[in-house]
Amino acid sequence: MRLKRALVAVGRCQLAGLLAVAVSAVGSLVVLALLLLPIGAGLRLLVPAATALRALSDRSRARAARWTGTRISPPEPLGAESSGSRSKRAGGILADEGFWRDLVWAWLEPWAGGFLVAVPLMLLWYGAFGTLVQPFVWRHLGPGNWYAFVPVSSTPTMLAALALGVGFMVAGVSMAPGILRLHGRWTRLLLSAPRRTELTRRITQLTDTRARVLDVQAAELRRIERDLHDGAQARLVALGMTLDSATRLLDSDPAAARGLLLEVGEASARALEDLRNLVHGIHPPVLADRGLGDAVRSLALDSFLDVHVDVRLAGRLPAPVESAAYFVVGETLANAAKHAGAREVGIVLDHDGLRLRVSVTDDGRGGADPAKGSGLRGLQRRLESFDGVLTLDSPPGGPTTATMEIPCVLSSPKTSSC
Amino acid sequence: MRVVLAEDLFLLRDGLTRTLREHGCEVVASVDNGPSLLRALLEDKPDVAVVDIRLPPTFTDEGLQAALEARRRRPGLPILVLSQYVDQLYANELLAGGDGAVGYLLKDRVTNTEQFIDAVRRVAAGGTVMDPQVITKLLSRSRARGMIDSLTPRELDVLEMMAEGRSNVAIAAALHFSESAVAKHTASIFGKLQIAPSTDDNRRVLAVLAYLKR
Repeated sequence: MRLKRALVAVGRCQLAGLLAVAVSAVGSLVVLALLLLPIGAGLRLLVPAATALRALSDRSRARAARWTGTRISPPEPLGAESSGSRSKRAGGILADEGFWRDLVWAWLEPWAGGFLVAVPLMLLWYGAFGTLVQPFVWRHLGPGNWYAFVPVSSTPTMLAALALGVGFMVAGVSMAPGILRLHGRWTRLLLSAPRRTELTRRITQLTDTRARVLDVQAAELRRIERDLHDGAQARLVALGMTLDSATRLLDSDPAAARGLLLEVGEASARALEDLRNLVHGIHPPVLADRGLGDAVRSLALDSFLDVHVDVRLAGRLPAPVESAAYFVVGETLANAAKHAGAREVGIVLDHDGLRLRVSVTDDGRGGADPAKGSGLRGLQRRLESFDGVLTLDSPPGGPTTATMEIPCVLSSPKTSSC
Repeated sequence: MRVVLAEDLFLLRDGLTRTLREHGCEVVASVDNGPSLLRALLEDKPDVAVVDIRLPPTFTDEGLQAALEARRRRPGLPILVLSQYVDQLYANELLAGGDGAVGYLLKDRVTNTEQFIDAVRRVAAGGTVMDPQVITKLLSRSRARGMIDSLTPRELDVLEMMAEGRSNVAIAAALHFSESAVAKHTASIFGKLQIAPSTDDNRRVLAVLAYLKR
């Protein structure tokens, strides 16, 4: 398995090397366009050349994510995509910080990036030469035939060269994954969006999510107020009135008073029931008592499906995260029962030191589309205010897996209470 | 009967103490927090304890934790847990030992003094008392999963009361059956659900609950 991964990495190094050449070619085209700008021909060339370069850098970003898991935030789309006259579009490109970053990358990638990925390849090919070619040719070459630092002129020195070649090959193959990771980081260094773009994006996102959080909060408070007003409060008023009547009837008609008092008992029970449901909706008590793990176990027990819960959390999460995660798990379970026609559900709760990850897998019919259901969109929104993401994998025929990830800290048990 | 009482709200503690005394119970200790409760449960050796689930200092499930810990150290110590809400998870934890002598009731139930005292007595005698709300949830789940489709409506009523921990006598009185009719129904239920019948009331409750939780 490891060998296979290493060999795949070697192939990718080779590919990255070839692509560096392509980048160099397109980069030269862009430089040519810039040089030709004073005579007007550059205008014609700049837009397609810059667009091609951006296509290459976009692919490079995507590759870094696919090959090594290095996430690189993309810059704003190139100014060329806006319509307008040719000179205006060229002007837009020249004013774009992302374009100049692409250009710097195009200039450095062939030398630095290309050299980096060439190291394992050189070791591999040179090693192959020592192993596969030297044993057959050293006799014909006579003295003066060297392999690395070994003068190959006899069988023992030939064997030494052979061993050295094998060593080179092993070194080349085994270093390839590491080199590829390093290349990914190098690409991120050059190609991630300018700091300002990232910050602007972040501010926009925070403003959006904050506004939504405030909306949700206000709506929630209104709901609680309404529930109290129409529920427990109204019942208590009615209860007071019935008590009053009962008091007045106590002497004249004890039997009727007794009936009314029984009514009071029932009304108070209903008022309590209302309050209980309200409290449960605001913050489920088991969540407050025990945290997310047991709260999800409790959800599982209440579900009509066969739910298996695997909790790998050694501690408590921040209360708002627990609350959001609980809500999302509850909704997902309800969806599995209602829409997917599932029978069994597996829930895994995990924390990798940086983020909480919850996955809910059901054996239903699948085919759930986040674009269609507004419920799913609502769940995504709920997680956004925590920088959380919800991904859905639901091929037709199932199984469906909903995975949510929320960055947060895990506090050790016992310290979070009190 | 010697009772330990744990309740942090003064008004409720006072009311419960009075109710228990009026019915001939001796309240040997009434405490208002988790650590004192555990001490009282282990040192005062009560015949039964009435415990509010949410207690200081953490105001989480302190009462339940103390009850579970006390029962770990002294299996079968009779404890009736009261709570503002019932949760299946907590019910399972209380039932887990399989020793019986546990109760889990909504706090509202204390307003019906007779039933409340009856529950305290049943728990003290080693019985199992589950709140109707716990049982209703379990039954609707079992129904949705098609586990109790074969039962008649009457049998469902009997099953519900059995699961709450009531004896044949109590079920007969509540449903206006004769005792022999109840016995016939229970036999039929056990046959249909393939639960091993048991004449011991407590083992019967546990078997029924175990079936419903499947």
